[in-house]
Amino acid sequence: MNKIWIIARREFLSRVQKKTFLLTTILLPIVIFGLYGLIIYFSVKSSENYTVAIADNANVFGGKIDSKDDIKFVFVKNESLSQLKEKITKKELDGYVWVPEGFKPSKGDTISVVSGKTVGLMNREEIQKRINDALENQRLLSSLQISKKQLDSLQRGNEVKFSTTEGKEENDTKVGISYGVGYASGFMIYIILFIYGTMVMRGVMEEKTNRIAEVIISSVKPFQLMMGKITGIGAVGLVQFIIWVALTVTLRIILPLFVPSMRETTEVMNHGATQALQTAKQSGALDNLMNGLSEINFPLIIGCFIFYFLGGYLLYSSLFAAVGSAVNEDPQDAQSLTLPITMPIIFGIVIMTSAINNPTSNLAVFGSLFPLTSPIVMMARIPFGVPNTVPYWQLVLSMLFLICGFLCTTWISAKIYRVAILMYGKKPTWKEMWKWAWRKN
Amino acid sequence: MDSILELHNLKKYYATQKAVDDISFNIKQGDIFGLLGPNGAGKTTLLRMITGIFYPDSGNITFDGRAFDPENDIIKIGYMPEERGLYKKMKIGEQALYLAQLKGLSKADAMQKIKFWFKRLEMESWWNKKVEDLSKGMSQKLQFVTTVLHEPKLIILDEPFSGLDPVNANLIKDEIYGLAQRGSTIIFSTHRMEQVEEICDHIVLVNLGKKILDGTVADVKQQFKENKFSIKLAGIPTGVEDAAYEIIDQQANAFTMKINEGYSSNDVLLHFINQGIGIESFNELLPSLNDIFIQLVDGTKSVTRAFQNLT
Repeated sequence: MNKIWIIARREFLSRVQKKTFLLTTILLPIVIFGLYGLIIYFSVKSSENYTVAIADNANVFGGKIDSKDDIKFVFVKNESLSQLKEKITKKELDGYVWVPEGFKPSKGDTISVVSGKTVGLMNREEIQKRINDALENQRLLSSLQISKKQLDSLQRGNEVKFSTTEGKEENDTKVGISYGVGYASGFMIYIILFIYGTMVMRGVMEEKTNRIAEVIISSVKPFQLMMGKITGIGAVGLVQFIIWVALTVTLRIILPLFVPSMRETTEVMNHGATQALQTAKQSGALDNLMNGLSEINFPLIIGCFIFYFLGGYLLYSSLFAAVGSAVNEDPQDAQSLTLPITMPIIFGIVIMTSAINNPTSNLAVFGSLFPLTSPIVMMARIPFGVPNTVPYWQLVLSMLFLICGFLCTTWISAKIYRVAILMYGKKPTWKEMWKWAWRKN
Repeated sequence: MDSILELHNLKKYYATQKAVDDISFNIKQGDIFGLLGPNGAGKTTLLRMITGIFYPDSGNITFDGRAFDPENDIIKIGYMPEERGLYKKMKIGEQALYLAQLKGLSKADAMQKIKFWFKRLEMESWWNKKVEDLSKGMSQKLQFVTTVLHEPKLIILDEPFSGLDPVNANLIKDEIYGLAQRGSTIIFSTHRMEQVEEICDHIVLVNLGKKILDGTVADVKQQFKENKFSIKLAGIPTGVEDAAYEIIDQQANAFTMKINEGYSSNDVLLHFINQGIGIESFNELLPSLNDIFIQLVDGTKSVTRAFQNLT
C-alpha cells in the first residue's frame, strides 16, 4: 500500500510539475471561454446602421415597412434611379429597392435590393424578412381584409404543458436544461476516459521501452506499479477537473460583468440547448431559466459525476495499462490493440445520444447499468431527475456493477500486465493475452 | 560460512520451452558468484525467480536460512537487470531517492545513503541533471548506485560492465570487491569470461535450462585441465622427443607440450635433467574459462533453442 502511494506521488508530481500541465489546465479553458465570448460578442453586438431607400412606384408596401434597430427603410418619392445610385456613391444610402410601376406582389414578382457593397448575412436575412412581412401584410389586407397581427392572433397555439402524476410540473426549460447538462456530462466522461486512459497507456509504454520496468518490479509488485500509476494519473485528472470547475465558475461570474448585454445570452448558450433558448425567448425571462436551473439537483450531479468519473477511469485505465504493457516500441501496435477498448467507449457515446432523447428507454437503462458504458450513459440520464427518470434501484445497481466491473478489469489487467511488462520482442496476440489473464501465478 | 541462498530443484516451464529445468545450487555468504551461460540459457529466468519477479513452477528457494518470501526479503536484495533503464526526464537525485524509497528506505535514510554514494563515486554535481543528459557510462554508474544503495545482503548484477569504459569498469569492480568484503554476497551474471575469472570465487554454468557446471573457479579449471605445460629451456636443444609428452608448439626455446597418459610432470623434468638441458621455467597451462565455456556449450544448439517448440 505504502509503495503504491510512493509510485502514485511520483506519477502525480512528475505530471503536475510540468509546464504543459499548467498550460493545458489554465490556458485551455481561458482560450475556450475567450473564443466563446468572442463569438457571442460578435453575434450580439449591434452592427452598423443600414439604410435602404424604397422607391415604391406601385405602392405595394402601402407606405408601411418595419423600420427599426439597425436597418432603416426610407420611402422616397419622385427620385430617379440615377439619383438613388448617386446617393449610394455619396454614402447617403446603403441600398435601394426600386419597385417598378405595375408590380403585383401576388404574382410572385421578384423584388431586388440594390446595394453599394455586398450585404452581410445577418442584414440580408433581416431585410428579406421585413420586406416579405410588409408584402404579406399588404396581401392579407387586400384579399382578406385582415392585418397580419389579426392573423397571428388567430393562429397562435395554446401552451401545452407536461407534468408527472406526482403533480410536479415539468417545464420545458427544465427538460431543455437537463438535456444540455446530461449531454455535457456524458460527453465530458467520454473525453476523460480517452485522455487519461491513453495517458496511463503511454506511461506504461514509456516504462517498458525505457527498460525501467524490470528495475522497479524487482522492488515492488507489478500490481503495485500499475495501481500506483493509475492512482497518480487519476489524481492528476481530478485536480485538473477541480481547477476547470473552479475556473468555469469564476469566469461565468466575471465574464458577464464585463459585457452586461451578454449576460442573458451566455447563460443560455452555456447550456447549449435550443429548446431552452426558445422557451427563454418566448417567455422572455431569465427567471424562467434560473428556475429551471435551480430545479436541477447540482450537488447530486456533481457527486455522481465524480463517482462515474473515478469508476469509469479506474475501469478503463487498467485496460489501457494492460495494452500499454503489451506494446513494444512500435506505437502502431498500440493503435491496433486499443481498438477493442475504445469500441465500448464509442458504443457508450452512441447509446448516450439515444438515451438523451429518451432517457427511460430499454436501451438507455441497459446502457446505464452495463459497466463498460454506464459512466457515459448514466451521467447523461441523471440530470433528468433522480428518482423520477432514474429510479434509485437503477442508480445503486449501476454503481455496484461499475465497482464490480473495475475490480474485474483491474484483476484481469494486472495478470496480463505482470507477464507483458517483461516481455520484449514480438507483439502478443489477443489469444496469448487471454491466456495470461487466466494463468495461475 | 552459511549459505545465503539455496535453490532446490527449481523449474520454470514456458509454453514453448523449459526455461529452467531442475536447477539446484548454493551460494555462500560473502561469495562473488558467477552465473554463466550462453544467451537464452535461462539465466534471466533464474535471476527473476531469485528476485521474486517470477514464481517457480516447482522447487523452492531458501534465502538467509528461511524460505524465500519475496514481499519482505526484497529489501535485502539489489537487482540490476540486463534490460535496465531510468526515467529519462527525472532529475538524478530525485530518481535515486525514488528508487531507494521503493526499496523501503525512509526519506532521510535514503538521502544520507545517496549522498554517501554520490560522494564516493564523484557524482555529487549530477544531482539536478536529468538522465537524458547523461552518457551511457554515467547512467550505468547511477544504476549501480541505485542497486546497492540500500546495502542489500544479496546483490545481483546482470552484465554490470556493459557500456563502461575501463576506468569506470575498474571503479565499479573495486566497489564490488568492497561490498563483498563488507559481507554482501554478489551474483554476477555475464558471458564475459575473463571478468568472471578475475572476479568470481564460485561459478555455475547453465545451458538449455540445466546446470552443467558448479564449483570454484580453481576447481573447475583443474577439472578441465588437459595436462598442458609450457617449458622454457636454456638454449635450443635437439632431439627432445620422448614418450612422456608430445610437443604441440615450439617457439625458439619455448615449448608447449601435452603430457601423455601415464606420465607425470616429474617424468618430463627428469628427461631434460638427464639429458643435461637447463630448464628456465616450467608452468602448468590451465584452460581458460572461455575455453571451457566454449567446449561445453558449443554444438548444443543453444542458439536455436529459442525457436524450438517443446513437444
